[in-house]
Amino acid sequence: MIKNISNLGDAALYCDFGTEVNKDINSKVIKFFETIREKNIEGINNLTPSYNKLIISFDLKITNFKKIKEIVENIEIKETQKLNSKKIEIPVCCDSSFSLDIERLEKKLNLDREQILEVFFKKEFFCYMTGFIAGMPFLGDLEEKMRVQRLETPRVKVPKGSIGLTEQFANIYTFESPGGWNIIGNTPLNVFDITKEKQPNLINPGDKVKFKRISMEEYKDLHG
Amino acid sequence: MDNNYFEIKRAGINTTFQDKGRNNLYHIGIPFSGAMDNRNFLLANKLVGNKLDSPVIEFAYQGPLLKFNGDKITITVTGDVIFKLNKKNNEIEGRCYETYQLENGDEINILSTNKSVYGYLAISGEIDLKFQWGSCSINTKANIGSNDGKKLTNKQKINIRKINFDQKNKKIDYLNSKIENIRVIKGTNFDYFSEEGKKIFFEKEFIVSKLSDRMGMRLDGPKIENIINTNIKSEGLLKGVIQVPADGNPIIMLSDHGTIGGYPKIGVVASVDYDRLVQISPGSKIKFKEIDLSDAETLFKLYEMETQNLISQI
Repeated sequence: MIKNISNLGDAALYCDFGTEVNKDINSKVIKFFETIREKNIEGINNLTPSYNKLIISFDLKITNFKKIKEIVENIEIKETQKLNSKKIEIPVCCDSSFSLDIERLEKKLNLDREQILEVFFKKEFFCYMTGFIAGMPFLGDLEEKMRVQRLETPRVKVPKGSIGLTEQFANIYTFESPGGWNIIGNTPLNVFDITKEKQPNLINPGDKVKFKRISMEEYKDLHG
Repeated sequence: MDNNYFEIKRAGINTTFQDKGRNNLYHIGIPFSGAMDNRNFLLANKLVGNKLDSPVIEFAYQGPLLKFNGDKITITVTGDVIFKLNKKNNEIEGRCYETYQLENGDEINILSTNKSVYGYLAISGEIDLKFQWGSCSINTKANIGSNDGKKLTNKQKINIRKINFDQKNKKIDYLNSKIENIRVIKGTNFDYFSEEGKKIFFEKEFIVSKLSDRMGMRLDGPKIENIINTNIKSEGLLKGVIQVPADGNPIIMLSDHGTIGGYPKIGVVASVDYDRLVQISPGSKIKFKEIDLSDAETLFKLYEMETQNLISQI
């Protein structure tokens, strides 16, 4: 299942599952990630699943590349093992005060606002990975006609809750951060809750996400 | 006295609480954080008789000016740091790796780090701090950790929950080595760079940019040419990973780095040199030297033994 294992520095394994970005490869990465996580292998102190790679960091005081590689190579993942997957609905308000880049998208995609939003809200997304900033989900896949590059000059501050598009992905800014994704709306939900140590992320790799369009009034109600 | 605290009369430039950091959270986007210079963090705690992983005050460049309110407390400063103590209105030059006893009204004034970046102030006892995921470490980018994830500010109080006063002074002789050569293991995208680019990376000097902080160290100098693709599919990062974006200037990931990145990885700093890497100050030169995995592992073992040896001398 893993195509190649190499070292990333002296304290991590770099597991390569392929070069493509698709659900099939990513699901394998996530299953592997979950299996290793459950095993609580001594010395492993972090796992980073991404589209098609899994990075396994370890404490060099306790173990080393050779030992961890041997363990990982002997882990069997059954093809039948199911992906833990939740269905999550995210309310999004696309009021013009939130959809900061809708005009840019209209121009780049040659579609009007309503056409863009219709495609967006119809889609069921799949969470490939979370990260970069705490809890940020990378959700795919947008169809070809909806794909744009990130902004030429990234924003210094993207507001918390912003929903952004870039290439085949949508994401959610879990807190205010610099960023270059095309912003189309905002969710009142707290997608990353720092007070919940056990499960701070609302969305995890493997989950299915649908966005639901809400009005400004509903947004304010939900925001509390 | 129950009410023991330090009053922050001047917070310093980037003063935070740090400990060993947090594990097993990369997959949700949270990095290790923790003390940048691990050896100096451990030595500080050992000198004041704390558990080795206790929270300390980390500062960068200019440190804090603190006034002690309470009965008696033992402190120490580690790193290469210039500081003064004001005891009963007598000014004393401070020396790193020694302990000092402060009494009510005494002050410690951490003026600056000396041709280095980070220093540590440890207090014997227990600072009253909030822990998140088992660590007090402040990550100012994500606002995680104690003090609401923000750096310390003027007029704040640092409350001490429990003091373990030790009348006996402790010290060790230790000199932080200043190095420009940083040992690096080739990265997973090493072949993305031209022959000339690879040569430049291991042969030329770079200058540490002012745009460096706990998240990353940016370097200026000769550009490293990419001949394959200036982007990769986003994937995990680690502290010590050296990415080269399209502009050809390397960026080294440090303890508060973003967990995922999409620039090619030319190399990874060997664990043995991480403590020394973070101490290289903006404007200083840095040069990379290639090392293979087994040498990196051996050198780390020796470094670890040396650290343990220093700890056992205290």
